[in-house]
Amino acid sequence: MNVTLIDYGAGNATSVERALQRLGVASTRASAPEPIANAEALLLPGVGHYATLIRALDEGALRQPLLEAIRRGAPFLGICLGLQALYESSDEAPDLAGLDLLLGRVRALPAQVKLPHMGWNQLSIKRTSRLLANVAADAYFYFAHSYAADVANDNGASVATCRHGAEFVAVLERENISAVQFHPEKSGAAGAQVLRNFLELAS
Amino acid sequence: MSLARRIIPCLDTDGGRVVKGVNFLRLRDAGDPVALAARYNAEGADELVVLDIAASRDRRPIFLDTIRRVAAELAIPLTAGGGIRSLGDARAVVRAGADKVTVNTAAVARPALISELSREFGAQAVVLAIDAKCAGSRWNVMVRGGYDSTGLDVVSWAKHGASLGAGEILLTSVDRDGTQSGFDIPLTAEISREVSVPVIASGGAKLPEHFARVFAEGAADAALAASIFHDSVQRIRELKAFLNARGVEVRFPC
Repeated sequence: MNVTLIDYGAGNATSVERALQRLGVASTRASAPEPIANAEALLLPGVGHYATLIRALDEGALRQPLLEAIRRGAPFLGICLGLQALYESSDEAPDLAGLDLLLGRVRALPAQVKLPHMGWNQLSIKRTSRLLANVAADAYFYFAHSYAADVANDNGASVATCRHGAEFVAVLERENISAVQFHPEKSGAAGAQVLRNFLELAS
Repeated sequence: MSLARRIIPCLDTDGGRVVKGVNFLRLRDAGDPVALAARYNAEGADELVVLDIAASRDRRPIFLDTIRRVAAELAIPLTAGGGIRSLGDARAVVRAGADKVTVNTAAVARPALISELSREFGAQAVVLAIDAKCAGSRWNVMVRGGYDSTGLDVVSWAKHGASLGAGEILLTSVDRDGTQSGFDIPLTAEISREVSVPVIASGGAKLPEHFARVFAEGAADAALAASIFHDSVQRIRELKAFLNARGVEVRFPC
């Protein structure tokens, strides 16, 4: 199997590539419509600003091929901004339309806690998860973000939440769509297991 | 369940080797950065910082190569810095595999650099490193590796840096650095209280008790140390076991 890594210039594609290599899986970076439309499995990594990701998808004409690939059932994993991009919109760039696969708006985390939410945190697992198979319930994952999907926007897809000032969606799964707010590529052995689980789903 | 306090080993490098010093001076060789990175990754470090202490233009390619080789060993975040003067410098470091970039002297000279980096990489990737030296009842911001005083007040600079888009403050006590007499608790507590972003305490660590105090009394979000980890004076796993027993939330890798 080959995983297509959507490379929009600003992401942390290298870290994700390395993490996949460690698991013995080949990945190919794609920044053009065609390889994304034809991908076997897709991974959308992301750090930085929501607007950078959305603009890059639109300027590169990647939005439609990405949506088509997801609609035809290609396994998809979104990481961090790659999770946030699945919703209708985000507080971080209110005028830009997200991928609109999930209802709701990504919200700024409340300012009474230190932001960004930066470091290792635990999950609260809500239901059986494919991505979290063989992951200890008390495992820590590495987060680095100031915006998050509100648990009110559950879409029936949220399988685990995390809390920092407010409870937010940490892991979501719906049909062929999987996404995590944390960075599995930076989350040690627990993160590697999440990536392994995605690869198993995709193969 | 909440955010764990982080333990961060720091590799001060020069020409592809890890070096160590006392009060920013008297440097000596302390090992291979790649071997140390692999060890810390396995022992449960929560993050790694790698700094180019010479930060000279002609040796930058060696530093970038060090970042690449260190990043290849890590399944935890990597922060890199030393001599980051422009967006271009930062891009090179990020492309080499760093998740976050630290800025220090160049940000004091031109604070807009912080905003430029934050816009490009996001606040979570911009660490403002501040070297603080005690001046009576306040702290002065020092630059150029802790040699030159700027006259800037550490509290105001930290707040200003966060407002410009720094997502974290790496706070080093120049007075404590290399002395192994413990973190500067009043300094750390003051900055932690005053800024809205996470604070990494640095300078002076030796004993597990020092770490426990900087988390409990200094309200640090993370604590950084170098030589005590390189020399195995402290092992990260044992340090975390100590902190856990003292009620500090830490991550134990599975």
